[in-house]
Parts: sequence; structure tokens; C-alpha cells
Amino acid sequence: MIGWTINVSLGKKTNSYTTAKGYVGLKNFRGLFADPEFMHAFSNLLKFTGVFMLGTLISGLIMALLLEKGIKGEGFFRSIYLYPMAISFIAMGTSWRWLMDSARGDKATGLNKIFHLAHLDFLQSTWYSSEKGAMFAMALPAIWQMSGYIMALFLAGFRGIPDDLREAARVDGASEYKIYRHILFPQLSPTFLTVLIILGHISMKVFDLIYGISSKSYVTKVLAIYMWQVIFDYQNFAKGAAIAIIILLLIAIVVIPYLIYVVKTEEQK
Amino acid sequence: MSIDIVDRAASKDISRNKRSLSGTEQFWLTFKYIALSFLTLIAIAPIYIMVANSFKGITGVSQSAAWAFPLHPDFRAWGPVWENLRGSIGRTLFFVVQSSIISAIIGSINGFVFSKWKFRGSNVIFTTFLFGMFIPYQAIMIPLTQFNHWTHLTGSIYVLVFAHVIYGIPICTLIFRNYYAAIPNEIIEAGRVDGASMVRIFRTIILPLSIPCFVVVLIWQFTSAWNDFLFAIFLTGGSPKLSVATTALNFITGSGNQVYYGNNMTASLIVSIPTLIVYVFLGRYFLRGLLSGSLKG
Repeated sequence: MIGWTINVSLGKKTNSYTTAKGYVGLKNFRGLFADPEFMHAFSNLLKFTGVFMLGTLISGLIMALLLEKGIKGEGFFRSIYLYPMAISFIAMGTSWRWLMDSARGDKATGLNKIFHLAHLDFLQSTWYSSEKGAMFAMALPAIWQMSGYIMALFLAGFRGIPDDLREAARVDGASEYKIYRHILFPQLSPTFLTVLIILGHISMKVFDLIYGISSKSYVTKVLAIYMWQVIFDYQNFAKGAAIAIIILLLIAIVVIPYLIYVVKTEEQK
Repeated sequence: MSIDIVDRAASKDISRNKRSLSGTEQFWLTFKYIALSFLTLIAIAPIYIMVANSFKGITGVSQSAAWAFPLHPDFRAWGPVWENLRGSIGRTLFFVVQSSIISAIIGSINGFVFSKWKFRGSNVIFTTFLFGMFIPYQAIMIPLTQFNHWTHLTGSIYVLVFAHVIYGIPICTLIFRNYYAAIPNEIIEAGRVDGASMVRIFRTIILPLSIPCFVVVLIWQFTSAWNDFLFAIFLTGGSPKLSVATTALNFITGSGNQVYYGNNMTASLIVSIPTLIVYVFLGRYFLRGLLSGSLKG
């Protein structure tokens, strides 16, 4: 109960603080949408979210599919894929900064070096240092870090489906592909939903990862980074709070219906 | 719990695989292992870079040779970096342990109430709690600084303890609630018939049963508080007196110091070691925390 009180009081404080400065109404918010830098950060965030969610979903699903039937050494692979979750973005940022170094050709380091050695020079990239594709490059470490988590969720989903269903389909002569397409994936739809919600809300508030790799660089700016800058460098708390509220709203729109749905279905059980 | 499903199914399937395989099955199995190994390489590349380069002295060798394995390990980077980080790591350990323990205790009480002591409106409150899990740090940072200012917490490490306890409550509550939901109601009924109060039932029956869950929650809180950067830098205002592992690391590796790869990689590695140790030895609990923290894993 103590926890709940604190929780609610925090919510109240969040709201009152934005209006505490003499009630300017929605001026801060309107100002944001007229601010090109905010819009830039916003579009960056959308790009990042798209690439990150899709990439993580696909790679996590592939990992789960590979492991799903039970294979020797599963525990080993599982822990390898999951360990990135245990390390902070700030620490991994050091490694990724080097991996995604933009030097090319003979001077290349990191990933570019590997592509160079493998005679795949066309794959060399400027990564996050040029405007084009910067957010795609930024999504790579994020995908790397979260895939294992998504794998674990899908794996648990697959294992929750009774084997009889599969056997029955097999007896009826369904191909493996058909079993996945028509029997397993429909059963996994709650897992898909959970995964999308989790990835979405992580993506909306992404900060550490980008800060750890490229600090406040303009090309990779997202809302959280911009908010940080507004508060610390420009000392504009009201504007910062407005950005925070927008991040919160973005998350709330998706999460609240989901939570109500989850609690309701649990009730019915 | 979900993870048990994961493991049980795995062991059963392996034994089934022992029968002789047909040609296509053999092909798919080989294909799977190749794909798995490829993914493994990708997964370990960044950490390999970190480890390899921490043994190449302070500046590292030429950047383009950084993929190479350190054949002649050079420990020079470790000493100064450790000196540099020692204080912050100790401080981090101090606040992380406290905040994990406090939020685990609050979480277990809340979880018990939500699962076994239903009251009118408890579902609404629980939903609110769950939403707390999704509230971005950013949304509460400003009021939190204000609050710390009023309570004169600013400038002490307890701002971080406080922040992480508050932030940890929803997830801890959820994990404990799911865990307690699996405990049969009859046990509690029996206790009640014997005339024990709810508080007493909680203390003498439920708590001893929750040790595994405490491990899960403690690990979860430990890892997330240790790796947290946003709260750390925001609430301490970047003051070196209060630097914790991640902020100190960022200070070392941040822009302007990018030349000293050896140094930076060593620092990153040192900061990652505690959570990695926890992961290696208690990975099973870590996974369980991940899954039960995701509502319907």
C-alpha cells in the first residue's frame, strides 16, 4: 500500500510540475511541434523504433525457431544469446563505437574491417556518423542486446503449446511449414502482442544506448536525448517536462489498453 | 513457472532425438547448428572485442589490429583503470544492494496482498501498479529531483536508493504476485482456521516459501540498478563525489577520450564484470525474472 501511494503521488507530481510554472497551458507542447530539432528527434525515434522492433522480432523469432524443438547444447546457446541483457549499454557502447567505426578500406576497423577482409567492400558503411542510415546503425546494438530476451519469450510461448496439437496435425499429414503457419503461430499471438509492447516501450524511452555510443550527436538524436539536452544544457525545465510527457503519452496509448486487457483475461480464468 | 516449461520440454525432446535420423532431418540439424554458431559469433563479438583489447595496454595497439587475439597479454591498462573506478564501484555496490533488498521486501508484501488478499478495487490498483512498470524514467525525473531537494536528499547516495526502490516496486510486486498465485489458497485457509492473522500467515507460511522468488527479484533489481545510467547521471548531477559505475565509466570513455581504446575497453569490462558474474552463476534465475516480468511469459 505504501508503494501504491508513492506511485500515485509521483504521477501527480509529474503533472503538477509542468503546470506549476504559472500555467502556460499547452504552449510548451505547441512550441515543441514547431521546433525543428524536436521534430528531427521525433522522426529519428520513429525510424529507430521501426528498425529496432522489426529486427529484434525477426532475429528473436529465428533464434527461438532454431532452438524450439530441443537440440543438444540448447542451454549453452540460450545463455550466449541472452547475456547481452546483463550488460549496461554504457559499457557495450565502447565496443560498438569501435565496431561501427566509419573508416574504410585499409584504414578500416571493426565491422568495416571484416567486410574488407571478406572482400565485401560494398557492405562497408559510415554507420551512425552520417545522416543517411544513422538510426539503422543505431538499431543494431539494440537488436543485438534485446534479441535474446525476445527469444526467451518466444521459446516459453512455443513450449507452452501442448505437443498433442503438433502430433495431431502431423498425423493428418500437414507439412512442417503448415504446422507452424496454421497451428503454432496462431497459438503464439498473445506472445507476439507481449513482445511488441515490450519492444515498443523500450524503444520509446531509449537513452543509454544512444548516449553511450554517440553522446549528443545531432544525427542520432531521439526524444530522450533531446530532453536531456533541453534540461541540462538549456536549463529549460518546462520544455523538458513537456517532452517527458510526450514520451509518457506515446507509451501510455499502447500500454494502458494492453494492461486492461491482460488483467481482464486473467480475471476470467 | 514458464522457465520450468522451457527446461522440461527441452530434456524430453533431446531424448527423442536420439533415434537415428533420416537424411533430410540430418541436413536440417546440421543447418541449425551452423545457424546457431553463426548467431553465437555475432552475440559474442562485442564482448570479445572488449576482453581482447583490455589486454593490449592503455592505448591499445593500432586500431586496425584490434580484432587480433592478445597473444602477449599486457596488463598495464588494468591497474590505473581499477584505481580510477574503485571508489565508484564500491559506491554502486553500496546503493545497489540496499535498494534491491528494500524493493524486494516491499514487493513481496505487495505481491502477497494482490494475490491472496483481494479487496474491492484491488484490480484497478494492480493495473495502475503494472503501468508503473512502463513509466519512462524521463517522466518522473524532474519531480524526483524536486522531491530530493525538499527532503535534503540531494547530494547523498540515497537519492539513488530511493529512486530505484520506487522504480523497482511495480516489477517486484508483479513477480511476487505471479509466484504467490501458484501457492494453493488452502494453505492460507488452514492458517486462518487455526486463528492466525494475515500478517502472521505471511510471516510464518509465505515468507519461508518465497526464498527462490527473492533470489529472482534480487538479481533482477541488482542488474537493472547496476546498469542504470539515466537516474545515476540525472540525480547525482554528474558530481564526481557521487559517481557510480556507469557514470564513472561514461566519464572515462565519453567523447574526447576515444583514442585510448585499451583503457576504455578495460574500464567497460571492469564495470560489466559484476553483472556478468551474477549472470553466469545465477543465469537461470535471471531468465526467470525476465519471463515473469513480462506478464504473460
